[in-house]
Amino acid sequence: MALQDKDRIFTNVYGYQPWNLKAAQARGDWDNTKDLLARGRDAIIEEMKASGLRGRGGAGFPTGMKWSFMPKEPNPSRPGFLVINADESEPGSCKDREIIRHDPHKLIEGALVAGFAMGARAAYIYIRGEYIREAETLFAAVQEAYDAGLVGKNASGSGYDFDVFVHRGAGAYICGEETAMIESLEGKKGQPRLKPPFPAGAGLYGCPTTVNNVESIAVAPTILRRGAAWFSSFGRDNNKGTKLFQISGHVDKPCVVEEEMSIPFRELIERHCGGIRGGWDNLLAVIPGGSSVPLVPAAEILDAPMDFDGLKALGSGLGTAAVIVMDKSTDIVRAISRLSYFYKHESCGQCTPCREGTGWMWRVMERLRTGDAAVEEIDMLQQVTKQVEGHTICALGDAAAWPIQGLIRHFRPELERRIAENVREAAE
Amino acid sequence: MPKLTVDGVEIEVPQGATVLQACELAGKEIPRFCYHERLSIAGNCRMCLVEVAPGPPKPQASCALPATEGQAIRTDSEMVKKAREGVMEFLLINHPLDCPICDQGGECDLQDQAMAYGRGMSRYDENKRAVTEKYMGPLIKTVMTRCIHCTRCVRFSEEIAGVDEIGALYRGENMQITTYLEHAAKHEMSANVIDLCPVGALTSRPYAFEARPWELKKTLGIDVSDACGANIRIDSRGREVLRVIPRINDDVNEEWISDKARFQVDGLTRRRLDKPWIRKNGKLVAASWQEAFAAVAKVKPGASVGAVAGDLLDCETMFAAKKLVGALGSSLLEGRQTGMDYDVSSLAAVNFNSTFAGIETADAILIVGSNVRQEAPLVNVRLRKAVKRGAKVFLVGPEWETTFGGEFLGEDLAVLGKLPDHVADALSKAERPAVILGGAALAKGALGAGLALASRFNLVREGWNGFNALHLAAARMGGLMLGFAQKGGLADIVAAKPRLLLSLGADEVDYARFADSIVVYIGHHGDKGAHAADIVLPAAAYTEKAGTYVNTEGRVQFAEKAVFAPGDAREDWTILRALADSLGVSVGFDSFEELRAAMVAEVPALGREGLADYGALPAGGGSAEGTFGYPIKDFYLTNSIARSSPTMQRCSAELLHGEDFAEAAE
Repeated sequence: MALQDKDRIFTNVYGYQPWNLKAAQARGDWDNTKDLLARGRDAIIEEMKASGLRGRGGAGFPTGMKWSFMPKEPNPSRPGFLVINADESEPGSCKDREIIRHDPHKLIEGALVAGFAMGARAAYIYIRGEYIREAETLFAAVQEAYDAGLVGKNASGSGYDFDVFVHRGAGAYICGEETAMIESLEGKKGQPRLKPPFPAGAGLYGCPTTVNNVESIAVAPTILRRGAAWFSSFGRDNNKGTKLFQISGHVDKPCVVEEEMSIPFRELIERHCGGIRGGWDNLLAVIPGGSSVPLVPAAEILDAPMDFDGLKALGSGLGTAAVIVMDKSTDIVRAISRLSYFYKHESCGQCTPCREGTGWMWRVMERLRTGDAAVEEIDMLQQVTKQVEGHTICALGDAAAWPIQGLIRHFRPELERRIAENVREAAE
Repeated sequence: MPKLTVDGVEIEVPQGATVLQACELAGKEIPRFCYHERLSIAGNCRMCLVEVAPGPPKPQASCALPATEGQAIRTDSEMVKKAREGVMEFLLINHPLDCPICDQGGECDLQDQAMAYGRGMSRYDENKRAVTEKYMGPLIKTVMTRCIHCTRCVRFSEEIAGVDEIGALYRGENMQITTYLEHAAKHEMSANVIDLCPVGALTSRPYAFEARPWELKKTLGIDVSDACGANIRIDSRGREVLRVIPRINDDVNEEWISDKARFQVDGLTRRRLDKPWIRKNGKLVAASWQEAFAAVAKVKPGASVGAVAGDLLDCETMFAAKKLVGALGSSLLEGRQTGMDYDVSSLAAVNFNSTFAGIETADAILIVGSNVRQEAPLVNVRLRKAVKRGAKVFLVGPEWETTFGGEFLGEDLAVLGKLPDHVADALSKAERPAVILGGAALAKGALGAGLALASRFNLVREGWNGFNALHLAAARMGGLMLGFAQKGGLADIVAAKPRLLLSLGADEVDYARFADSIVVYIGHHGDKGAHAADIVLPAAAYTEKAGTYVNTEGRVQFAEKAVFAPGDAREDWTILRALADSLGVSVGFDSFEELRAAMVAEVPALGREGLADYGALPAGGGSAEGTFGYPIKDFYLTNSIARSSPTMQRCSAELLHGEDFAEAAE
C-alpha cells in the first residue's frame, strides 16, 4: 500500500516540469484560491486541525493549532505576520529546497492561505543564504504571483491584502530557530529570544507572528482542496498525512520522495532507494530525522514506522524526515564527532551551556574517535551532554547533545574498544 | 498579586514580578551573572535556573520567567543544584585561573558564586580559550579571556548610555565582546561597565593593580564634578584616594556615575597646595601658616572684604566664610564665578523642581541652553528613559549629539517667545510637561522667559512641577541657600573694589577684574585661582573633609571625610576660623559641630537630608533673545581636580581632541 501518484501533493518535486506559474497552474496550484479564502478563517483552521497535519520543521507541533494562537481580532497598530522558515540548514535535510526550486507556487499559495487563516498582514519567507538558485527562483515566482494579482493588494480577488517578502539569510544554522529567525529578519544578530513571550504574542517587530516550515505551508492549499479526510487517510493516528522523506547516505539511490507517514523504514528504502548498499546485513545505523536526533541502530529501525511517535518510541525522532543511512563502512564515532563539530560551529554563543558545552563535547568526541581518552570520559561526556540538554535558551543545545547521547547509548562498546586499542598501542 | 510558593513557603509577590524576584522576596539567593535590575533581561548566563511547577520538566531561567499564581518554585532541589553546578562548570572551563593577578579578585561575582555553587574541581582537560584584548579607551582595561559573555556591558551602552559602542562579534565559543572597530568607548558614562562586569574582563585602567578591595577604607561621599550630587563611595588606602565608585541612590544617580566623577580622583594627589604661599615681588614664595596669617592681617581690610565661592565647595566652608565676611562688616558674597546675575529672590525658580526621578515621567520636555550630556550625564540618562517611555523632547541651542533623539528648534533664544505650533501643542497637551533651563540659558537672561513658559503651559500642577534649572556647579544650590549671590552678580563685587578678596577655591573667576584687591586663595589645587592669588592658604578637597552638599534638585546630602589633606593643608573651615582670629573678629564657632549647628540654625533646610522646600514657583515674565555657546568646552577638564588628573587629561586629549596614544606593551 504505497502512496499513489494521484495522492501526491508535490507533483513536480523532481522538476520534470517547469516551476513557473503557468505550469504550476496546470498542476492545480492557484486554482480558485479565492474560494479557499472565502471559506473563512475559522473554517480553514478547523480543516487544518482536522487534517492532523503536524509541523514539518522537526518539532511536529499541530499546524492548525499553531495558526489558531494568532489574535482573532485584527489590530491595525500590531499587524500579524507569517514567517516561513526556508532556512533549511539541518544536515541531511533537503526537502524545502526541492519545493522551492521546482514547486515554489505551492509555497506562495500556501503563504496566502495560511496568512489569511491567521489574519497575517504579510508573509516573510526567510530563505537560507546558500540557496542561491532557489532564492532566484523564489524571487521570480513571487514576482509572477504579484504580476498575476495572486498576492499583493486584493490577493487573488479575495479582497484580502497580503504581501509576500523573500528575505535571504546569511548562512547561519541558528537562524532556522524561530525566534533567531525573527531577530535576523529585524536586522539583528541571529540569536534566539527568550520564551515567553512566544512569537504568537510578540514576534516580528513585536507583533503577533507565526513561524512555519516551508513544507507545512506548501501542503496547506492541497489539504484544503482535497479535504482533511483525504489527508488524514494516510499514516497512523496522530501522525497523519504524506511527508517528503529525504534519504541520504549508504543507499543505492538517495532521493527525496513523498510518501505516506508511518511507512516502515525497510519499505521506504526498498521501494525508493534500491535498498541498502551491500544489503540489509550491511546496515549499521540510521539517523532518521536529520542531524539533531539520536541515531538508531540497524536492528531497531528495520521495521519501525517512520513517523513522530514511532521514532520517539525508539528514543529518536522524525525531525525533518532527513534519513541518514550508514552502513558498516561508516566510522560511526567520526560521523557523530563531525556532527558535534557542526553544532560547535553553529552555536550562536549567547547562552553559557551551549557556547561552552558544544566545544567541549566536540573536543572529547575527537579524542574518543582516536581512542585517546580514558574510559571514564565516556561517562563524563554523557554527563556534559546532560548538563547542556534542557539548560539552554533554544533547542540547539539539545540538538548538540542528542547525537552524542545516541552514540553512547548504542555504541559504547565501540568507544571502549578504541580506547582499549589505543592504550595497547601506546604500551607497545 | 500572585500567590506562589518558594521552597514550600507561600509568598505573595507584586504583579509583573519575575520568578527571580519572587525568590528574592522569599529570602532565597539566586545566583546570576547576566541579570541586572537596571538592564533588560537577557537570560543568557543560565545561572539562575530554578525548578518551576507547572512547567516543562527542566529547570527554568528564573530571571526571565514571570511569576504567576500558584507556581511552586524550588531553589533547593537536586535538579537546581545540578543545573547550577553544570552552568558554573561551563563558565569556568574557559575562564582563566588568574584570580591572583586579576583586579576583580575579592569583588568578583564569578569567584563568589563559584565558591558557593561550583563543584570545586574541574573535569576539563582540553586547552582553554584565549581571546585577544580589545582596546576600549583610556578608562577601561580589558582582559577578554575572562569574559563570560553576560552582555551586561552591551546592554548598558545600548539601553542606558544610548550609544552603540559595545557589541558582540562572532558566534559560539568564538563570541567576543568588543567596541566598534576597537575604538575607545567615548560616552560620558562609559566606565560604568566596569562595575557592571561580573568578572575581571572589564576593569578600571587607571586603578589597575593598585589595590585589593579588602585593603580599602570605604567612605560615603558626594560627587562634586557636576551639580547632580551623585552618591559615591570613596575607597582609600592610607592618605590616598584610590578610586571612586557609585553608591545606589534611586533618587539621584541610580547606580551610575559619570566618568569624570569616577576618575578625576587621581588629580587629588597632583598639583596640590600643601603649604601656604605668599606673593613677594610678583612671585609666590612658600611660607609658614603664621607668616601667611600675618600677611592677611597686614591687609587690614576693615569692612572692605568680599568672598567668591568656587564650584566644588561644601556648605560648611561657605557658611564659615559668610560668618567671617559678616563679622568684618561686609556682605559681599558671590558664588556665580562667571558673572551670571539671574534673579535669586526665589530659589524655587532656579531649582530642578521635577527631581531627577520625576523627569523620567515627563511626557514633553523643552530643554533650553543645556548640553545635558556633558553638563549632567546622570540627567541625560533620565531623559533617555523619559523618551523611551514616549516623551517628546525639544531643544533650544546649538546642536549636540543627544542620546535620545529630540528636535532642535534653533539656536536663538527668541524662539521661546514664538514656539512652533507642534511644540506648543505637545507642551500644552502633555500631562507632565517640563522645561529645563541650562546654565547657558540662565547666563543669557532666559530665566524670565522660562518662567513665562511655566505659566503659559501650566508647568506647576497637582503633584507635578515641571520647571527646572540645571546647574553645573556642585556648590551652586548650597551657595544660593547661604546667600552667595549679589543682585548684579560678580559685577557688584568688582564694583565694590574690596581691599581683601577671599577666593574659596574659585578657579573660574577673571581675576584681572580684581587687580586692586589682595586676593587670598583658600583652595586645594594650584590652578587659576592660586596663580592669581597674593596669598595662598592650602585647604582640603572634597574627599578630605566632611560636608553638606545641595544638588541642583535642592537635595541636601552629607559627605564624610575619607582621607587627610596632604602636607600642611587644613580643612577649609579651620582656616577661616583661624583667619577670624588674625583679623581680630569672632565668627561664633570653635568646632565643626558648632559650625554645623550655627549653619542649621540659620538655614534649617541644610540640617535635613533630602529635598529642601523653596516654596512656590514665582510668577515671572520676560523675553530673551540671542545665541549662545555651552559653558563646558571640555567635559573632562571642568574643575581644578579634573584638570590635574592625568586620566582626565588623557581622556580629553584622546577622546575629545583625537590624539593617538601609543600603547605600552604589557
